[in-house]
Amino acid sequence: MTVEQFVFLVMAVVTLGAALMVVTERRVIHAALWLILALFGVAGLYVLLNAGFFAVVQVVVYIGAIAILFIFAAMLTRKAMQDVGPQVNAGWPAAALIGGVVFVALAWMLSHWAQFTALPPAFADDTPTLTQLGVALVSPDAYVIPFEIASVLLVAAMVGALYAAWGKKK
Amino acid sequence: MIPLSWYLILAAALFSIGLYGVLARKNAVAILMGVELMLNAVNINLVAFWRYLDLQTVAGQAFALMVFAVAAAEVAVGLALFIAVYRRRGTVAADEIDLMKW
Repeated sequence: MTVEQFVFLVMAVVTLGAALMVVTERRVIHAALWLILALFGVAGLYVLLNAGFFAVVQVVVYIGAIAILFIFAAMLTRKAMQDVGPQVNAGWPAAALIGGVVFVALAWMLSHWAQFTALPPAFADDTPTLTQLGVALVSPDAYVIPFEIASVLLVAAMVGALYAAWGKKK
Repeated sequence: MIPLSWYLILAAALFSIGLYGVLARKNAVAILMGVELMLNAVNINLVAFWRYLDLQTVAGQAFALMVFAVAAAEVAVGLALFIAVYRRRGTVAADEIDLMKW
């Protein structure tokens, strides 16, 4: 086993273990903290995939913004559940069954795919760099329209979130 | 050298865990956390496919960036909705938010 594989296995165990804690932890605040650990594990996987930019974006956007939003939301709605009583609904065995079936089905489907065990190609001189990704995002013959739509979506989401959470003055 | 299969199996497991969280959790905030896990699994797949099969283009990375933007928008709107629901009804338990249930 190479060092790379060992690091991958550590990251995988951290990510999956933290993800399991996210869905089983009774206290929502603790689930949010486990979510941060799971997101860090995914950031480590991006590093292993030679996608350092995505590791940074993962830390900044997911951990820096999204996880903090979760913690705020969990604290603002804390009284509602009091963290007592069952945190799963009555149908949780069926949910676990569906999750297991989906995993087995995905694994079975993927294992019958010809390139399932493909190995990573080496980086060549003409491999696109981060600069080219940035250029492609604003280039008219590449991804400028999805990029602009994503910007509009973010603005709309921000306005919508403000409108939805704004306290009504009585 | 890590085969592509390791990443795919990991992403499938992460997706299934997130799916279980979405289906089983009572607290609406925790349900959104499950959605985040599923989006992360998709992003691992996109970046892994880019690295292993499509290294000469930027399509995989561009798609993954779009997923980041959509995830951020989804969390902002979702959590704002749950805070509004909490203000009006005093609960974020998904089985008690049944006003629109026929």
